[in-house]
Amino acid sequence: MLGLTTRFSFLALCVLQIDEEVAKLLELKAQLGGDDGKHQFVLKTAKGTRDYNPRQMAIREKVFNTIIGCFKRHGAETIDTPVFELKETLTGKYGEDSKLIYDLKDQGGELLSLRYDLTVPFARYLAMNKITNIKRYHIAKVYRRDNPAMTRGRYREFYQCDFDIAGQYDAMIPDAECLKIVHEILSELELGDFCIKVNDRRILDGMFAVCGVPIDKFRTICSTVDKLDKMAWADVKKEMVNEKGLSEEVADQIGEYVSMQGGMDLAERLLQDQKLSQSKQACAGLSDIKLLFSYLQLLQVTDKASAEKVRTTEVQVMVVSAQKNLLQERLKLVSDLWNGGVKAEMMYKKNPKLLSQLQHCEEAGIPLVAILGEQELKDGVVKLRVVSTREEFDICRADLLAEIRRRTSEA
Amino acid sequence: MEDKAQIHEAIKVQGELVRKLKSEKANKEQIDEEVAKLLELKAQLGGDDGKHQFVLKTAKGTRDYNPRQMAIREKVFNTIIGCFKRHGAETIDTPVFELKETLTGKYGEDSKLIYDLKDQGGELLSLRYDLTVPFARYLAMNKITNIKRYHIAKVYRRDNPAMTRGRYREFYQCDFDIAGQYDAMIPDAECLKIVHEILSELELGDFCIKVNDRRILDGMFAVCGVPIDKFRTICSTVDKLDKMAWADVKKEMVNEKGLSEEVADQIGEYVSMQGGMDLAERLLQDQKLSQSKQACAGLSDIKLLFSYLQLLQVTDKVVFDLSLARGLDYYTGVIYEAVLTQTGVGLGSTEAQQEAHAEDSVSVGSVAGGGRYDGLVGMFDPKGRKVPCVGVSIGIERIFSIMEQKAEASAEKVRTTEVQVMVVSAQKNLLQERLKLVSDLWNGGVKAEMMYKKNPKLLSQLQHCEEAGIPLVAILGEQELKDGVVKLRVVSTREEFDICRADLLAEIRRRTSEA
Repeated sequence: MLGLTTRFSFLALCVLQIDEEVAKLLELKAQLGGDDGKHQFVLKTAKGTRDYNPRQMAIREKVFNTIIGCFKRHGAETIDTPVFELKETLTGKYGEDSKLIYDLKDQGGELLSLRYDLTVPFARYLAMNKITNIKRYHIAKVYRRDNPAMTRGRYREFYQCDFDIAGQYDAMIPDAECLKIVHEILSELELGDFCIKVNDRRILDGMFAVCGVPIDKFRTICSTVDKLDKMAWADVKKEMVNEKGLSEEVADQIGEYVSMQGGMDLAERLLQDQKLSQSKQACAGLSDIKLLFSYLQLLQVTDKASAEKVRTTEVQVMVVSAQKNLLQERLKLVSDLWNGGVKAEMMYKKNPKLLSQLQHCEEAGIPLVAILGEQELKDGVVKLRVVSTREEFDICRADLLAEIRRRTSEA
Repeated sequence: MEDKAQIHEAIKVQGELVRKLKSEKANKEQIDEEVAKLLELKAQLGGDDGKHQFVLKTAKGTRDYNPRQMAIREKVFNTIIGCFKRHGAETIDTPVFELKETLTGKYGEDSKLIYDLKDQGGELLSLRYDLTVPFARYLAMNKITNIKRYHIAKVYRRDNPAMTRGRYREFYQCDFDIAGQYDAMIPDAECLKIVHEILSELELGDFCIKVNDRRILDGMFAVCGVPIDKFRTICSTVDKLDKMAWADVKKEMVNEKGLSEEVADQIGEYVSMQGGMDLAERLLQDQKLSQSKQACAGLSDIKLLFSYLQLLQVTDKVVFDLSLARGLDYYTGVIYEAVLTQTGVGLGSTEAQQEAHAEDSVSVGSVAGGGRYDGLVGMFDPKGRKVPCVGVSIGIERIFSIMEQKAEASAEKVRTTEVQVMVVSAQKNLLQERLKLVSDLWNGGVKAEMMYKKNPKLLSQLQHCEEAGIPLVAILGEQELKDGVVKLRVVSTREEFDICRADLLAEIRRRTSEA
């Protein structure tokens, strides 16, 4: 039956036949029903979600350490919130995207939904605790029922990493620090060259106003302008005129402004711009951009991978036996190393082969091997082997811990 | 508007009615009827009425972690993860929800506590209930036969807080497991070494790790005359010995579970025994118990385990205790549980919740638990491939609770940030210099901050340092700037030193590394 189903899979004529055979299959499965003691296992994760294997976790940890290190360097605290909120907390906050929220089943209690971002929970946290000032970061997973067919490869469970400064302060100083943080993080992560674009909502609105965009169209024209990073101006203009109802003249005026890029000099020039300077909003925004750039200069941000083996464990020393019947000595030595704070491991075999143990070191990237052998034990030494160079040194048992610490701190 | 208010009121009343009926264990049909009415009322509210109300609460059974709690949590995690890494463990992560079918049929009666997601037209999903079933799925999915892994993540259970005081519905689990076919008892011994290291490093006070073996328990029940079909239920009764006196446990065995007094008394003799390797040896000579092959296998393994524990230097806190039962069905060999033995450690609400490996009842004061479970992964593999496992779950919520109480009781302040230096102005119009200096410090890797004010008062800035526990202050002043120095102030001693601007970074690094 299954053979038929796959062979005819592309002929429309056989769709009916496929359905019939699938129905038979489902019926057979249903006959199993209930808990028959043999627990069937569906070996997949939910659509749009994935496990992180140890290699991915090692990479993830490095990235988090860099980012969190930066947040902490700037004096930020962190909080954590539950993975689900009361449905009412999230209702009405995400506009059209609300349909992407995961709801929990009504099981007779409160109605709940999985968090969609970290910003609404942050706002709830501030209000709930009557907090007026806080500098906080929050790294956690959020949930969106995107349709993967339409947004290729998009996950439904994914990390967000937010940093926010809440509170009444003097203009642009915290804003400048946020940009300094982005700059530090992207530099430290060594992702390559990057560029941070800056603008101001008041400048955008002022610009729309002086170009003749009706106020009720500001938001929708704004999302069209936003597409300039993906579409050419010609297409963006087309959307403004054909879909959003702007005249060509108004669109052209917008086009002149949105092609401008620069630094503090551009802000100064625009403050002199005949048209734009008529908008109070735009002027406020432009003054603040100037102020921001002056701070960015002081913070030194106005300017902009080797195939290292990714290890999944941090073991520094593997304790191995060169001959049989040395399990006791291995256990004693590994225990001494653990007690001394050294990251160590050994094979769970009473009499493992030396070659297998050394192979494990190479595969796992363990840098040192402490080899116990009968002769060495009589002489009171342990053979310490450096995996990368294959050099070996006989170290007096009493000095071993110090020697290992020395070598691992230099690494 | 009025309609909405009426509906809200009706919902409240109906909700109370439903709760009342449920607690009175009323007729199921009646409950279903009233629940249906309640759902209908809720449906009438529907939609978005434009007035964005902010409901200022978290969902029942969940809570935020504030910065202070996060700082404590971070310290605890660092200690625990440091130990796992020292032992060469890798880590994995799995999604917060699984396909409903993955979780179905794995938790017995507790299945009703699983959070389901609403059927929104796609796959049926449920929030994970523990980390063990996802682990088994991960192993089977990736055809992994050997792994030493830890996994720290939150799990979800719809416990009824009315019945289990203060129990959370979202809480952390911290699991460590060694999966794979190895020579007997070596990985089991390492698990116990890890528990010992963690509990010692966390400085929670004196603790004791009780050890037993499922085969010894079953063998003991057999030779005492317990019918095979009552093994599991008698096991859960024995498990209550950590909370109830033997007299009450015996009563339950005889009155509720149908054992004869004679059989119960025989069990009573064994479960009062505690000791070390010597006890295992004695029991191997025990006339009755030695008749059970199962028990003998368990006892030999306990002996072997203790010999390894001696070499790993942890026998001081480990006890072979025949009353340790641990309710879980899927343990097949050694089982263990760590308890704090100090009195006066506040037994707050979440301790009762501490789960060890998947589901079982946990005694008061328990901070870790686990054992060997050789058959579980095989159940999940399509070919029934066996992957033996041994592991432990650390009672991390209980530990948080204890650490929070300790922090509150002690005079020592819990810092929520790690700032080492605050950059301040002594006079007005020094914002530029502050920004330059703080930037140099950040570029040099120093943890620093400054006030977001152009002209803050010196006193406010110094006060912030005291409150936040920041140890050093770099004070910029007009005269000092002319002299090319920065005044470095040590908050705790109030000493001040004029440091040449060029040497400042090195001086700060020196002082902060000595700290």
